[in-house]
Amino acid sequence: MDKGSNEVLLEIMGLHKEYDGITALENINLSIKKGEVVVALGPSGCGKSTLLRCLNGLESIQGGDIKFRNKSLINKDVNWQEIRQHIGMVFQSYDLFPHMTVMENILLGPIKVQKRNKFEVMEQAKQLLDRVGLLERLNSYPRQLSGGQKQRIAIVRALCMNPDIMLFDEVTASLDPEMVREVLEVILGLAKQGMTMVIVTHEMSFAQAVADKIVFIDKGSICEISEPDVFFTNPETERAKHFLNIFQY
Amino acid sequence: MNLNWQFIMDSLPLYREAGWTTLKLGFLGILISLIIGFVCSIVLYFKVKVLKSIVQVYIELSRNTPLLIQLFFLYFGLTKLGIALSENACAIIGLSFLGGSYMAEAYRSGLEAISKTQIESGLSIGLNKAQLVRYVIFPQAFSVSMPSLGANCIFLLKETSIVGAISVVDLMNITKDLIGMYYQTFEALFMLVAVYVVIILPLSLLLTWLERKVRYAEFGN
Amino acid sequence: MQSLGISVLFKGMNMQRLFDGLLVTAKIAFISIVIGSFLGIVLGVIWTSKSKWIRSVCRIYLEVFRIIPILVWLFIMYFGVTTALNLHVSGEITSIIVFTLWGAAEMGDIVRGALESLPKHQIESGKAIGLSFWGLYRYILIPQAIRRMLPGAINLATRMVKTTSLVVLIGVIDVIKVGQQIIEFSRLEVPTASFWVYGFVFILYFIICYPLSMLAKRLENKWNG
Repeated sequence: MDKGSNEVLLEIMGLHKEYDGITALENINLSIKKGEVVVALGPSGCGKSTLLRCLNGLESIQGGDIKFRNKSLINKDVNWQEIRQHIGMVFQSYDLFPHMTVMENILLGPIKVQKRNKFEVMEQAKQLLDRVGLLERLNSYPRQLSGGQKQRIAIVRALCMNPDIMLFDEVTASLDPEMVREVLEVILGLAKQGMTMVIVTHEMSFAQAVADKIVFIDKGSICEISEPDVFFTNPETERAKHFLNIFQY
Repeated sequence: MNLNWQFIMDSLPLYREAGWTTLKLGFLGILISLIIGFVCSIVLYFKVKVLKSIVQVYIELSRNTPLLIQLFFLYFGLTKLGIALSENACAIIGLSFLGGSYMAEAYRSGLEAISKTQIESGLSIGLNKAQLVRYVIFPQAFSVSMPSLGANCIFLLKETSIVGAISVVDLMNITKDLIGMYYQTFEALFMLVAVYVVIILPLSLLLTWLERKVRYAEFGN
Repeated sequence: MQSLGISVLFKGMNMQRLFDGLLVTAKIAFISIVIGSFLGIVLGVIWTSKSKWIRSVCRIYLEVFRIIPILVWLFIMYFGVTTALNLHVSGEITSIIVFTLWGAAEMGDIVRGALESLPKHQIESGKAIGLSFWGLYRYILIPQAIRRMLPGAINLATRMVKTTSLVVLIGVIDVIKVGQQIIEFSRLEVPTASFWVYGFVFILYFIICYPLSMLAKRLENKWNG
């Protein structure tokens, strides 16, 4: 694994987010280096998904700053269409476009947004599909696929934009248990290749396996940032201990 | 009941012509309705200021008044204010005024059926607003709206039966004339029903088939 | 006098006459809606039968009204049936018959849809506690179905009210006919009479139909939203 780079890709400084006066995230400080895999953990409703959505401009923020490659993303005139090509995102509800085939789903962004050459993109798409084991489904419609297959396609759709960083928002939360693994393995594979990722998940052993850094969020603020081995064996804060205990029988 | 087939044969050209009139008026009415409805639904969906209120008032006025009164008002009422329109023009305007609001509702229900997560997915691959509408929102909304749009087409075609009231030479007027002049009541009514069945039944079957096809082909996750 | 065209509405007994005409329209609508709804509910229950034959007959009955315009049905009843049976039936009776039959067909479809949309286990658990056929409908199905069908039923009523405007075309002296008489009568004095009279009738229909469709929309949002 190449984790040698020290280039900071994404930097969050004093981020503050509220909905109608109710604070959702407070004073979030976090920097993500190139090649790093950051996993955000925390109880439901703690704000970890909201944080991820802020990073992709799906939520507005009320204070602080987010810098992507040293450029602030909180300006009014930030071109999000441009930024989002570099920040891939995969959602819990997979949300493939139901009226398009797998291939059309994947090609839409690269061809219409990035104006890339169709054949070149198709080659890349095929390689990626092959890597997630779904090459033979390229002409299927989403309704013909299982949840796990759809989610793997959604990952390919985001990857085919050649993003610098990938955001995963509870991507296994609505999958049947037997399909969770096939999706997590794809993400693990990406980590091995050195993809920069921010992952929100409830899969603890997966988090331990994939993360370079665990960020524990509770009640809208970061309680603890640790190495995974430290976090899972000997967390610093009481709140993290309490959280981890819930997962043990 | 014995029908006078000779009379029916003789009246055939009259009904054919009136049937064409009905089809032409219906077709134009439907076409303009689809356009009006489309524009209105866009205004409502994107909550365009001022225009939105105008569209809402239009939709309520159009949906809560009978076509017959709309036609009388257009044809007899407005003429008196110096706006003279031919009966055919009135018929098309009336049908479009009525149909526009129905089509708008049909489109709107389709647009509202698109989930927020679909839109976010589109945004996350960098689509701009126009691309989002073009590639993600419209194709899906159209599939959802299809059945209602189809039902509205049939509804409007049937409503053309009313334009005879403003002296358009349509199927109803011909029938009334034939009954009044020749007392061939059954023959005239038989032809009237036959022509409407010929016009509407195939369309109705086609739409049922299309609806099934669209529903099972495009959706169902 | 042209600028005061609106005065035609208030001259003499005109307003009174217009409302008398409206009453005729309202009566036709009311009777048809009440009888039609009742027949429709019966039809809807029959429609949920398992027999393919019964279902097909119900379906054809509805499609006959969906394919042939109501005005054509009014013509068939008014001109055809009276000629065939050689007896005179007034326009009012004719329109009540046609609207009732049409209303029953549409109402039947609404009721069928509502009943069929109820989850199957509701019927099963009703049977499981030993309810009879009627008990099942009385206590389990109808109360739940009403919520699902009321918005549609109100919309149907609105449509029926709007469609009553057609009765003028088979010689009923309804609000439109009265309006036409007024226009005819004041043609010379008030040339713009048709603008005001038809405008007034337009508003009258709106005043009746708008609250109904608002109510339907509200119920729909409340129960199905």
